Amino acid sequence: MLRKLGFSLIALSITVFGAMVATNASAQEGAKVSDASAFKAFGEKAGLVKIMDDFMIGLLNDKRTKPYFENVDQQRVKEQLVNQICEILQGPCKYTGGAMTPIHKEMGVNREAFNALVENLQFAMDKNNVPFATQNKLLAVLAPMHRVIITK
Amino acid sequence: MKSQYLLGPIAGYAAKIRLVAGASAVGIGLFSCAAFAEDNSSTFSSKLLLTGGVTTIEGAAGGGITPWAVIGGNGTKEQIGASVFYTNVHSKDYNLNTGGALVGIYDRVELSFAEQKFDTRAVGELLGLGNGFKFTQKIYGAKVRLVGDAVLEQDSALPQISAGFQRKENDRGALLNALGIKRDRGTDYYVSATKLFLDTSILVNGTVRFTKANQTGILGFGTAAKDKYEAQFEGSVAYLARKDLAFGAEFRQKPDNLPFKEDNWYDVFVAYAPTKNVSVTLAYADLGNIVIKDKQRATYLSVQVGF
Repeated sequence: MLRKLGFSLIALSITVFGAMVATNASAQEGAKVSDASAFKAFGEKAGLVKIMDDFMIGLLNDKRTKPYFENVDQQRVKEQLVNQICEILQGPCKYTGGAMTPIHKEMGVNREAFNALVENLQFAMDKNNVPFATQNKLLAVLAPMHRVIITK
Repeated sequence: MKSQYLLGPIAGYAAKIRLVAGASAVGIGLFSCAAFAEDNSSTFSSKLLLTGGVTTIEGAAGGGITPWAVIGGNGTKEQIGASVFYTNVHSKDYNLNTGGALVGIYDRVELSFAEQKFDTRAVGELLGLGNGFKFTQKIYGAKVRLVGDAVLEQDSALPQISAGFQRKENDRGALLNALGIKRDRGTDYYVSATKLFLDTSILVNGTVRFTKANQTGILGFGTAAKDKYEAQFEGSVAYLARKDLAFGAEFRQKPDNLPFKEDNWYDVFVAYAPTKNVSVTLAYADLGNIVIKDKQRATYLSVQVGF
């Protein structure tokens, strides 16, 4: 029994460690959605501009996210987001903003604020009629960024 | 509570469950829907989409008949969340009402309580127990998230893995003993692995439960002939059709030690979250043979309110 337990624990450790190594290797920036038709479902670049406009309105109306956005150049943030998401959706754009880690380093984002941001992004995508399944394809690429965005 | 001393052995089994969960992606199951609404800033709930699960008939967060690795309640790592639930399962010959509550602490620990009332209705009369004879079972549960994040770790193969136990106390010890059933109380131990595949909007859960329970404990634990823990597999698969709507199927393997046959359970379900804190789950379950009545197909209706 004890021996079985020991083996099980070792096997678990190896599995977890292996998955973590694999995670770090795949968590590189530059990941894209697998489905090339997603960009169209978002209304291409013009659709993304509208979604980011609605997204920013939501972020500023939400007390959980407002502190992180009220004192920044919102127009610039929206433009960077359009380019970043356009690129992730395999659109013809190039994200020229900074890397995710240094940008968020000093922001002190916690899990609640991060989740609130995701919610607001969902509301903006809903409002602009992006199908739920397509929204999830984007969120699947964005979600791992929690590792560098959430610092608290 | 014994949780501290239980955790060691349970953690060891987690390795096995990963294999089981991986190999039998066939697992069927239930889903969860901690919900969502057009409410942009709730003070209480800040977990992401369906991460809280619904509540199982045994009080743990998960599907309808099997626990998941998720920690119930809407709290995040910085918060404490809670939920209450009420579930009715009604088959041709039996009725089960369950009510309970759980607390999720810092998205790490879940403590739950449920009380089940199993009504034998006319079968009670046939068995000489009296019409509407009831068994009452109290279930005290605890679950700890060991590793992983079912929702956010989308680029990782690692599921969220939790281990837990359910302490069950039945109020019909004397009757159960007379039937050759060893005892009226027992403890189930389980390990669950849950993973949301956002890219395809599919959630999969696999659970291995170590149990002596007959019909989840409503008919006691162990028999005179057999009083050993058995590993049983449980699985859930859910498709998230909308932010507030999911459907899927579940499977729960069960021991079969009674003189009367005990069958595995299956169900198909749909869960709807009209607001961020409320979910309603409707399921159709095949419970097989229960004591002297076979082919128990049941409706399952559950309401959950989170805080």
